[in-house]
Amino acid sequence: MIQAAKHEKVLVRVRINGKLYAEEVEPRRLLSDFLREDCGLTGTHVGCEHGVCGACTVRVNGAAVRSCLMFAVQAADAEITTVEGLSLHGSRHPLQDALSECHGLQCGFCTPGILMSAAEFLEEHQDPTTEQIEEMLSGHLCRCTGYKGIVEAIAKVAKEQKDR
Amino acid sequence: MDCKHIGKPMKRVEDIRLTSGRGTFIDDMNPFPNIHQAAILRSPYPHARIKEIRTEKAERMPGVKAVITGQDIAALTNPFPVGVTAPVKYYSLAVDKVRFVGEPVAVVIAKNRYLAEDALEAIEVVYEQLPAVVDIEKALEPDAPVLHEAVGSNIANHRHFHYGNVDEAFRQADLVVKHTFFYPKYSATPVETYGVIAHYDPSEQQYTIWSNFHGPFTLQSVMAAALRTPSNRLRIMIPKDVGGSYGIKSGVYPYMVLMAVASRIAGVPVKWIEDRQEHLAASSSGTDRVTWIEAAVKRDGTVTGLKMKMVDNVGGYVRAPEPACLYRTHSNTTGPYRIRHLQMETIAVMTNKSPTGLIRGYGGQQLYFPLERLMHMIAQKLGMDPADVIRKNLIRAEEFPYTTPSGGVYDSGDYRKAFDMLLDIVNYDEFRQKQKQARAEGKYLGMGLACIVEPSGSNMGYITIALTPEERAKSLPKSGCAEGATVSIDPMGGITVRISTTPTGQGHETVAAQIVGEVLGVDPRTVKVVAEMDTLTSPWSVASGSYSSRFAAIGSSAVYQAAHKVRQKLLHIAQELLQVPLDQLVLEHGRIAVKDAPGREISLKRLIGSTHWNPDVLPPGMEPGIHETAFYTIPAAMPPDENDQVNGSVTYGFVADAVTVEVDIETGEVKILDYTTVHDAGKLLNPLIVDGQILGGLVHGLGGAMYEELAYDRNGQFLSGSFMDYLCPTAPEIPPITIKHLETPSPLTPLGAKGLGEGNTMSAPAVIANAVEDALSGLGVTIDTLPLSPNRIWTLIQDAKQKMEITA
Repeated sequence: MIQAAKHEKVLVRVRINGKLYAEEVEPRRLLSDFLREDCGLTGTHVGCEHGVCGACTVRVNGAAVRSCLMFAVQAADAEITTVEGLSLHGSRHPLQDALSECHGLQCGFCTPGILMSAAEFLEEHQDPTTEQIEEMLSGHLCRCTGYKGIVEAIAKVAKEQKDR
Repeated sequence: MDCKHIGKPMKRVEDIRLTSGRGTFIDDMNPFPNIHQAAILRSPYPHARIKEIRTEKAERMPGVKAVITGQDIAALTNPFPVGVTAPVKYYSLAVDKVRFVGEPVAVVIAKNRYLAEDALEAIEVVYEQLPAVVDIEKALEPDAPVLHEAVGSNIANHRHFHYGNVDEAFRQADLVVKHTFFYPKYSATPVETYGVIAHYDPSEQQYTIWSNFHGPFTLQSVMAAALRTPSNRLRIMIPKDVGGSYGIKSGVYPYMVLMAVASRIAGVPVKWIEDRQEHLAASSSGTDRVTWIEAAVKRDGTVTGLKMKMVDNVGGYVRAPEPACLYRTHSNTTGPYRIRHLQMETIAVMTNKSPTGLIRGYGGQQLYFPLERLMHMIAQKLGMDPADVIRKNLIRAEEFPYTTPSGGVYDSGDYRKAFDMLLDIVNYDEFRQKQKQARAEGKYLGMGLACIVEPSGSNMGYITIALTPEERAKSLPKSGCAEGATVSIDPMGGITVRISTTPTGQGHETVAAQIVGEVLGVDPRTVKVVAEMDTLTSPWSVASGSYSSRFAAIGSSAVYQAAHKVRQKLLHIAQELLQVPLDQLVLEHGRIAVKDAPGREISLKRLIGSTHWNPDVLPPGMEPGIHETAFYTIPAAMPPDENDQVNGSVTYGFVADAVTVEVDIETGEVKILDYTTVHDAGKLLNPLIVDGQILGGLVHGLGGAMYEELAYDRNGQFLSGSFMDYLCPTAPEIPPITIKHLETPSPLTPLGAKGLGEGNTMSAPAVIANAVEDALSGLGVTIDTLPLSPNRIWTLIQDAKQKMEITA
């Protein structure tokens, strides 16, 4: 466990999207602020800061988590993937295009969080039912789409995955 | 018009960046060096006098640059202008008194948000609490606590309207049906909260503000007046990506002024990103409304007259453009029905709740909930089927353009055809059989219907109906719905479109590219659309912005006309170069060719190039370069007349809904089994975007019907301050939804398009309530308020049971 005084800064080393970041932060700094402001990865969005809207979801050691409910120091030495990590080296995650094809986004603010949760979900569910997709999505708020296009996009990628 | 791009479901050009985390939202921006962060101290009380604010301790804290209070704001700004005569002083920070929980009281500017929030805790405010009022009817009572002493009561605006001969209609009625309805206060909670970056440059006395504001840009003049600055010293810029609004972000403007002043006092650029608790407590919302409604009805179901008294709760201050919610639907108060006699009394009342403003459907949900509930009640009273009562009263196809008693001019439609389509899709008659069987098995199924007119493209003049004709006559008339767009082509042939429609997710970049691609005969994907808005350099006007579903009818028309100007210019150059008459030329596939003369053609690239590199070849008198701006308005948007008639919108669509529900009478839980909606929004510009807009609006309406409420206790304390208390619909709550279209083109717009995307926000609360009451028919339950939570339904059932037992 890291011990630090109230305003003392702590060195946090993390690997984000394959790249190493070492930054000094206050222990109270949220992971979401760390990613956005200290690392410049503004694709991760903050919508509620109390763990309901899901916009800030990133993957920490593979698990989809709310970066607004975690301190940066808690992510020390972890492997993090943010939405920027889904399209590295010119390749794109199939969910990114599926969302567009199914009109699963409008303003796009909630989209990065949904992509991160859905990516994890698809790794764990080879043949999900609509109910399972909706249940997973219930951790995310989208006020633009009515969710239909998002559910369709995830189902589409699941099917392609299965058919492959 | 035979279209290659318009009307096709083209994939959105916005999506690549938005799915890659490469969007540019307000919090992603750092347009100035040395930006400091703001945090706002807010009132914990609904109504209190501010006796003293002690800021010294906070000012000495690490990283703090300034602490600003209401006294600073009162010294440097004027109260925001508003379109009512009541003397309400509304500033961006509380001065002397707080009037709702969450009202801004002080601002700290510090090195970062953590330090700014630390300093908030060190500010001491001494309050003297005052009695509060949040209930609409109580606020109107003579002994109610008064929020604004200078006004003398809580009434911000009060008007009477009389169209036709209402008394005669009621005298001749076979039946009068009346009821009182209460519509709750709720929001749309965009997932991105408010955000502002403000910078004051004292050398030029220039305010520059970035914000996720989306107009109406009438509010630019309101902000300039508050800041006591010439309008060109107030530069407002909008990022290209705004994380949803649904009207709510229009209410960010007081914070734009607040942060502008904060930057001026602190001497540094200031950024403020609202948090969710702040957003729920104090951003903006729809009004809660009480409606007393009565209908004069003939035995055959014909409704001949309506009397309505509507009281909107605008919260602690009447904030521009309020009391517009009362008047946004003024022209379509009689909905899709041929009711000729109408009497209205409209009141805006101030109470100790948060101030209100634009919200998807603006006024429509508050209007149609009582109106469409009443149509079902009329059917019940007459022992008729609601479908027959609705159908009997719908405006006939041959009556268009149809002028409503209050002055609305419905441009086109075939309401009965759309309604019949709906009944056909849902197998209406079959459902009634199924319902009977289900009831025999102890299951409570119900179907609700609702028909509404969806106004779009608001007329800037409608808000002035808040004033009497005499008051209006004292100032200049207001009208129109002007919007601008620029299409330019650079020396190498790159096409750029500049729009001022401040999209918040509606895909304006895509549709603008489709339109310009169509008109100039090029691939839309090669057209670059600049959606960032800048009041110093963009083509804009008072009506600019993203609200009242105005892009399809107006914004897109400005783009279309600007593109046509470019097209005409290119054709004229080609005429000169090819020496053939204009009507012999066709523009397609990136070239202009002579009809029936293979090989006689000239590429667009060459034509464009000549305007920049070789103006010598241009026809005599033609300007070099290609940079065309068009402003568009629709003449039908006229000022209100002396009889208080006004055409509040330029286009009017139609929506017919049918919803089936099952109610569990043991728990009060409502399950929506399916939702069918038939739309007529004229010509559709991009069906993919159209259905997405409709779905989003529908689910917002469903949220209002079932879950969402900004609740206060009777003392004015705010009860729904987090997403744990304020419930939004999530994916599992969405029923199967069927959307169908009828396309009756608008004769008023160049492409025949009308606005859409707000219709079901207006209709869903009414149609779901109708379905629930239908499911519970025979149990003596009346639905006259929302949301339809299990608790509310269960209580209604128990109360009705008790009442029946007593009478038995």
